[in-house]
Amino acid sequence: MSARSRTPSERDPAQQAAHFRYVLRLADTSLVLGQRLGEWVGHAPALEEDLGLANFALDLIGQARLLLTYAGELEGRGRDEDALAFLRDAPDFANLTLAEQPNGDFGHTIVRQWLIDAWQLEIYAGLLRSADSRLGAIAAKALKETRYHHRFSSGWLIRLGDGTAESHERVQAGLDSLWRFTAELFAADEVDERMQAAGIAPALMELAPRWSARIDEDLQAATLQRPPGQPYPWHGRRGVHTEHLGHMLAEMQHLQRTYPGVRW
Amino acid sequence: MSAVIKPGGAAAREQAIRALLAEVADPEIPVLSIVDLGIVRHVRFEADGRLHVGITPTYSGCPATEVIRTAVRTALDAAGLADAVLEEVLSPPWTSEWLTSAAHAKLEACGIAPPQEPVSSPRRLWNAPLVPCPRCGSRTTERVSEFGSTPCKAHYRCSACREPFDYFKCL
Repeated sequence: MSARSRTPSERDPAQQAAHFRYVLRLADTSLVLGQRLGEWVGHAPALEEDLGLANFALDLIGQARLLLTYAGELEGRGRDEDALAFLRDAPDFANLTLAEQPNGDFGHTIVRQWLIDAWQLEIYAGLLRSADSRLGAIAAKALKETRYHHRFSSGWLIRLGDGTAESHERVQAGLDSLWRFTAELFAADEVDERMQAAGIAPALMELAPRWSARIDEDLQAATLQRPPGQPYPWHGRRGVHTEHLGHMLAEMQHLQRTYPGVRW
Repeated sequence: MSAVIKPGGAAAREQAIRALLAEVADPEIPVLSIVDLGIVRHVRFEADGRLHVGITPTYSGCPATEVIRTAVRTALDAAGLADAVLEEVLSPPWTSEWLTSAAHAKLEACGIAPPQEPVSSPRRLWNAPLVPCPRCGSRTTERVSEFGSTPCKAHYRCSACREPFDYFKCL
């Protein structure tokens, strides 16, 4: 729709492929997390939290639509946002492994949300200076929304962590079980390196300490223990997923797969 | 709904089209037009001879965006501008500061508190802004939920007149 930004990647097929992949990873992380939050609708512990999680789901799916549309244009094979969201199988999804993890209890969902909110805060802030002006514009919009997502998730993390013995125990258990997926958040591969070199993506190495400091600050206020580092880097961004994504996609894509091209 | 835009100078036609768009209501808060909301970014005839209208979304996932596009398209078709180009403008991102002063007055008149400068106080839960009640004007109000019926609103309750009300949030 808007004027397409011209970046050097439009001239080099390998660069173009990396550019597509980079945008697709951001899009899929938002889409998958948004779908997970949508599963809470009608089930959250209180109406206010139900509305909050549904609002975040809407924001994340909105961000995913902007990013998927752009990714489809970069790919140049005529796939639009719907084709990318509904007609790809799990190995073609490039989201962070953390985003696809099941909701668990409310505390578990809050931990997952908070870890990704803190990550998106850094990524989107870094993208404001991107050489890709379209990506920068999407990031500027998403950053405003991510700020209140983080305010909500960190607020709940602190309430639950510094709450009752049971809420503390549950949210710590959520943190202990999800922490292993955080090794993927800042593990740069050749796609990230190409994008960083082109000035399109921020340097992950520079963002990691900022994320870590924010995490420590919130954990301290929540009286929670940071689990020890776990070096195994998960590879959701490379299409290698945990078993949970396939089940989630089966539900998300059911209608489009059963009735191809169906319209309201 | 509207007369066909008459031929004339581009500036006069653009002004007529802006007036036309000022009649297109926001589907979620129908007392506001899309011009009141501050989401119409440009209205201009370009070198291709076609009218270009730029619209910016409020929130990334606002479901009203699609409905607004359709309403704008319908209004332009009715005005004889079926070949107009609708453009999505993302930058600079929309904030609640794009609401016009007329929008603030219209919101208040229909019982929705307009955006307030955030007043942060350690005594207010999670830095909820202090919002005067749009019905009785009391400042003793409390936030029930930061998230409400649409992405742009929060739920409040007035402790003086006991009425619940919506607050149009700052973004």
